[in-house]
Amino acid sequence: MGLTSKSTWIGALKDEVLFGILDTDGTVVALAGNPNTGKSTVFNSLTGLKQHTGNWPGKTVTGAVGTFQHNGEKFTLIDLPGTYSLLPNSVEEEVARDFICFAKPQCCVVVTDATCLERNLNLVLQVLEITDRVVVCVNLIDEAQRKKIHINLERLSDMLGVPVVGTNAREQVGLDDLKEEIYNVSTGKRKTSPFKVEYDETIEKAIKPIQESLDPLLKGSIDSRWAALRLIEGDTRIIDTVNHALAPLQKEKLNAVLDEAEKILKSKYADADEIRDAIATAIVLKAEEISKATVKFENTQYNNLDRKIDDILTSKLFGIPIMLLLLSLIFWLTISGANYPSEMLAKGLFYVEDLLTDLAYSFGVPEWLYGAVVLGVYRTVAWVISVMLPPMAIFFPLFTLLEDLGYLPRVAFNLDSFFKKAHAHGKQALTMCMGFGCNAAGIVACRIIDSPRERLIATITNNFVPCNGRFPTLIALSTIFIAGSFAAFQTFVATITVTVAIVFAVITTLMVSKILSQTILKGLPSTFTLEMPPYRKPQIGRILVRSLLDRTIFILVRAVMVAAPAGLVIWLMTNT
Amino acid sequence: MEKTISLHDLPIGKLGKVKSLTAKGGIRRRLMDLGLVENTMVEALRKSPFGDPIAYQIRGAVIALRSEEASKILVKPC
Repeated sequence: MGLTSKSTWIGALKDEVLFGILDTDGTVVALAGNPNTGKSTVFNSLTGLKQHTGNWPGKTVTGAVGTFQHNGEKFTLIDLPGTYSLLPNSVEEEVARDFICFAKPQCCVVVTDATCLERNLNLVLQVLEITDRVVVCVNLIDEAQRKKIHINLERLSDMLGVPVVGTNAREQVGLDDLKEEIYNVSTGKRKTSPFKVEYDETIEKAIKPIQESLDPLLKGSIDSRWAALRLIEGDTRIIDTVNHALAPLQKEKLNAVLDEAEKILKSKYADADEIRDAIATAIVLKAEEISKATVKFENTQYNNLDRKIDDILTSKLFGIPIMLLLLSLIFWLTISGANYPSEMLAKGLFYVEDLLTDLAYSFGVPEWLYGAVVLGVYRTVAWVISVMLPPMAIFFPLFTLLEDLGYLPRVAFNLDSFFKKAHAHGKQALTMCMGFGCNAAGIVACRIIDSPRERLIATITNNFVPCNGRFPTLIALSTIFIAGSFAAFQTFVATITVTVAIVFAVITTLMVSKILSQTILKGLPSTFTLEMPPYRKPQIGRILVRSLLDRTIFILVRAVMVAAPAGLVIWLMTNT
Repeated sequence: MEKTISLHDLPIGKLGKVKSLTAKGGIRRRLMDLGLVENTMVEALRKSPFGDPIAYQIRGAVIALRSEEASKILVKPC
């Protein structure tokens, strides 16, 4: 278990600085948590619209940064990727861990799901090992109440040794308390005494001398107990980090201590894997113990309703038909609903074009300028807006509604077996569905797939499903060529045609995935673990805002940015 | 020696107690992160429409596992 030097940790550290976080004047607060805990809702509720998203340097992981004020202090909140653990198995976990460990935020908020606290405590305990400055946010407290799950927050706070705040971020409940505790912890007004998981005798005996010799070397930059644990686990990243921080003589000394520790560990554990197992198990069992002491289930059948819904939505008989029906319904609403507003928009925008024309003539604008600007740029942009805006404004909220309800993971569950046969990842079903909304969003979503090979397949094949922006063309074509001959049921036939086209797109996706995974992207399917979160009451208001602002307007602006110069080029080509 | 079966073979609606994981490396870590350590109770909830994956109740969460992963988890039915 000697120390090997090969890393670029200083470079990595620099990257984090470049992310623009460490040079802000505010107090830096990291937001960690499992996926599906409403972490982004907490983030949005804390920061409001004062936020922006960006990519972690060199990583395909997006992170959001926002700010808020409390007690006259400015806080910069970093939304870390949602992870189950901090033992780095995926890019997300690596990003989250490195940030907490190396960027040293003044406070780390761990968002947990009140309805599934035990599993979430696993991450909390791991964060407590790295840093003292932690606030635990028990979110979705309303859902827990509805399911008659009682959580003793005071007891939990006592056991964890850090502040615990119950919140319902969607309704802004408990957020002031959360801000107050963030303020208290980050300013040092509240001293925490975080609970540290104790491991078995052998491990404790082995890490003690390592910890002691690391203490003077790390000088509190990284928690020495945590670093010692990572060293005996054989965590290369931490080994490299420690290695870089040490002079040759110190390295030799540390290596001697590590060899000693190895001898102790050998008496019980055959290899580093077994040590890792023991550490992971100890944390899981501790989480179980804390959960047992603090959570009371008044109704042990609290998941019954979810189960009953799943019985129908994922059943052998109805699962697939309901899914197809739902998707068709969305397409039908989009197609039939978009017609009229599209027409109105077109009328309105072309009325403006007429006005512009009159204006141009009365000012004697040269013919070529008028043509290029009004007939070229304006007309194309007007068409793009009137064709794209209405379907998107209908489709995105509906799609976000399904997302918010928790239906999309069920789609992945239903369809996984096809993707498995195509040697692709089940979560590709999700990214594919996102692709229907927007291929760009679908491709960005591919980051939820851990294996690089499968992620690449999902990314490449995302284009085969027609995104919402392409629907208008599909609808127009199917109305003209197929539905046109059925005067009475035009919309209905158009819907069927589009649905068939979509089924065909899905089949193409699967076939190409399979071909790719058998030729240039050969490999075995990686692990598939898909969480099916409880169904949640969707928040209509937030859905509208999020889908209209984040998706519709965002995509429309990009479309216009492409359409405007394209319109100019087309006009030039046809008129010169 | 206790009689164990793979989690994949656990009948739907039945409970099983995790005895060991035969998975290695990353898969093993992933499974342990989900809380699948020794003596954890797992309930087989439902099969997906085509039989695979199967959804399990694990420590309060519903997690779907493919047969490849589930067969690497040995449980004692109870």
